[in-house]
Amino acid sequence: MAEVKTEILAKYKAKVFKSRKDHILEVDKSKEQIIAANTRAIPGIMTNRGCCYAGCKGVVLGPLKDTLVLTHGPIGCGFYSWGTRRNKARADADGSNYVQYCFSTDMQEPDIVFGGDNKLKKAIEEGFKLFNPKRIMICSTCPVGLIGDDIHAVAAWAESEFGVTCVAFSCEGYKGVSQSAGHHIANNGLMKRIIGTDDREYPAKFKVNLLGEYNIGGDGWETERILKKIGYGVVAVFTGDGALADIARSHKADLNLVQCHRSINYVAEMMKSAFGTNWLKVNFIGLKSIAQTLRNISEFFGDNQIKERTEAVLEEEMAAISGDLAHYRERLQGHKAAIFVGGSRSHHYQDLLRDYGVTTVLAGYEFGHRDDYEGRRVIPDIKEDADSKNIENLVIDKDLRYRAFLSPERADELKNAIGLENYEGMIRDMEDGTFVVDDLNHYETEAFVKFLKPDIFFSGIKDKYVIQKGGILSRQLHSYDYSGPYSGFKGSIIFGQDLTMGLYAPAWKLVKAPWKQKPISPNQEGESKEPTNSERLGEKDHA
Amino acid sequence: MRQVAIYGKGGIGKSTTTQNLNAGLGEMGKKIMIVGCDPKADSTRLILGGLAQETVLDTLREEGEDIDLEQVMREGFQSIRCVESGGPEPGVGCAGRGIITSINLLERLGAYTEDLDYVFYDVLGDVVCGGFAMPIREGKAQEIYIVCSGEMMALYAANNISKGIRKYANTGGVRLGGLICNSRNVDGEADLVSSVAKELGTQMIYFVPRDNMVQRAEIHKQTVIQYDPDSSQAGEYRNLAQKIDGNDMFVVPKPLTQDRLETLLMEHGLI
Repeated sequence: MAEVKTEILAKYKAKVFKSRKDHILEVDKSKEQIIAANTRAIPGIMTNRGCCYAGCKGVVLGPLKDTLVLTHGPIGCGFYSWGTRRNKARADADGSNYVQYCFSTDMQEPDIVFGGDNKLKKAIEEGFKLFNPKRIMICSTCPVGLIGDDIHAVAAWAESEFGVTCVAFSCEGYKGVSQSAGHHIANNGLMKRIIGTDDREYPAKFKVNLLGEYNIGGDGWETERILKKIGYGVVAVFTGDGALADIARSHKADLNLVQCHRSINYVAEMMKSAFGTNWLKVNFIGLKSIAQTLRNISEFFGDNQIKERTEAVLEEEMAAISGDLAHYRERLQGHKAAIFVGGSRSHHYQDLLRDYGVTTVLAGYEFGHRDDYEGRRVIPDIKEDADSKNIENLVIDKDLRYRAFLSPERADELKNAIGLENYEGMIRDMEDGTFVVDDLNHYETEAFVKFLKPDIFFSGIKDKYVIQKGGILSRQLHSYDYSGPYSGFKGSIIFGQDLTMGLYAPAWKLVKAPWKQKPISPNQEGESKEPTNSERLGEKDHA
Repeated sequence: MRQVAIYGKGGIGKSTTTQNLNAGLGEMGKKIMIVGCDPKADSTRLILGGLAQETVLDTLREEGEDIDLEQVMREGFQSIRCVESGGPEPGVGCAGRGIITSINLLERLGAYTEDLDYVFYDVLGDVVCGGFAMPIREGKAQEIYIVCSGEMMALYAANNISKGIRKYANTGGVRLGGLICNSRNVDGEADLVSSVAKELGTQMIYFVPRDNMVQRAEIHKQTVIQYDPDSSQAGEYRNLAQKIDGNDMFVVPKPLTQDRLETLLMEHGLI
């Protein structure tokens, strides 16, 4: 399959070729493979990436339900980050739920010229009077950084004026190379200002936080259901259906469960340094992964009762879905999938697909770093560049409340036994001969579809319809196409059902691209002996 | 209509020179509009007899888009029309963007009438960002004069501004018309400025001698020609006006390297 990479790269001019060749690799686990990641996208290439603001506001802060998240900028940034990620949230006891709202300062030209500080103050004042929030987060957009509005001073003013917690995030879109920079900035803000500000004990014996779970389509709810059923207390979720009120006392948990490694590993690492909270990479997507994850967690706590309870729950949940699982597996197995999502999902969903006998032939991240592909052991080798140096890297000292849940010996043991504080990356779980592509672009999407002929392409809204017009099912893994949850036991079945419906929809038989019926221009007639892309796509028949 | 932009180091006397020169052009019967492109909005004080002016941007902010030209334009000495772009307080917002907004608005309001012989843009300091280059972009000002003196930093600034002009010379068609030396009584000043001008490929179009008369007129919020029309300094500004009106030397400047500029300073400045 080496010729696939060669052929795809052959279209590129020398400079682009030189950059892109290191972002594409064919998995060969007999070798140490290095992939280029978290570098600037090439101008002119149709990349699928988002911006720093999208990472901070859209991903990490947006799902918080007890917090008024205010976009300081022209209206588009706020509007287009409104509701797009389907982060579900239910109001807590106090009744506040800001997730359905979009707050923006709606900067206009005079605000750019004269400075937007006053408009920001006014917006906070209005927001406070209308909603009386306890917490306000301000997110910067590009022009705010260019004209230098002092949003941090405004946040301090808001705190003294209204008695709220107000944190400003300098997450201007142009920072960093992708939305990844925004995750880091959001993590830093939560660590500096929120985590550890409420020392009330959490009344549970086994206490965990769920990190990097954004409750898309209700994923977090299904995960929490399982954890609570076993007997864990979930102190805080970062940040799906999450509340800053909970995050304020998240340091009371004994273990951080890290679902999305890329967006939240900073908090996990910083809480380890400050409070001694251990963290464990988990995956609640895919049945074998869930079982492994639940067993790892019970191993961490080392309590026989919780271990037994874990097995009982696993058995009960699996029994409840086994009929459906077999039904959909029969229909799905043997298919091939490609996955291109933002960060850790491209890894997570391979596990779920494997449960259904679907092999993943191509996987990639929009904004992953090398450690997301190759595992955390490469972190010391990652060279900092000007873009990553531009993002603040907090140095965290031990807090007075630091406590080690495990003895040093036990911690060492668990590092090997359950991979405590480690993530091995995506590549290790992929088959030899499959492809890993970082920052996949539109051209490469089409080219890989042509060569690898996947039956399903998991991606986002930007490429979904291009792929489907080519006759291949595409499901959005950012928003789940209005479906979900896909996590946990119940989610696995919903996922299987959605895929089966998609693949077996009679619509595919009706897809007849115009260029398949007659040539686009007379010159092309009989020119190519090779089957065209659309001809290859036409070979698919799921009936 | 000749559109002229005046640049130069901050504090070198751009506004003073522009207004006194315009008083001279006005006396010659020229129809003129001055567009002040400085957030301080003090570019038309001597023509108007004080800071009596609502700026374009303040008006825009307060009135929204619905504004009339009369609200932002005033006529002063010699019927010279004066507009101040205005801008934010120091340290906030984006003054450069303000200039872009302001000039676009003036165009839409029809400030650039056919009967004008001259439009002068008096632009703050050095070319600090794209906004401050607005008057020389997109075919607005076609000619530029840089006010300088024989002082080192003034010539550094002149050289930097020349770089900006060269950048926009191809796209906007802007040309350098010359250096105006606003004398600070520095050693060998005229020679030095002439030499730098020559190396830039341009000319020292006029040497305005230092005279306290300028200061006295400023205190009275007037140009020298209005305050004391018979003084010798009034004559100097009339000559400058004649020179500018008759100028036909417009070049794409060739900015000097730092080393070359310093060598010239050594040659002329250390006598």
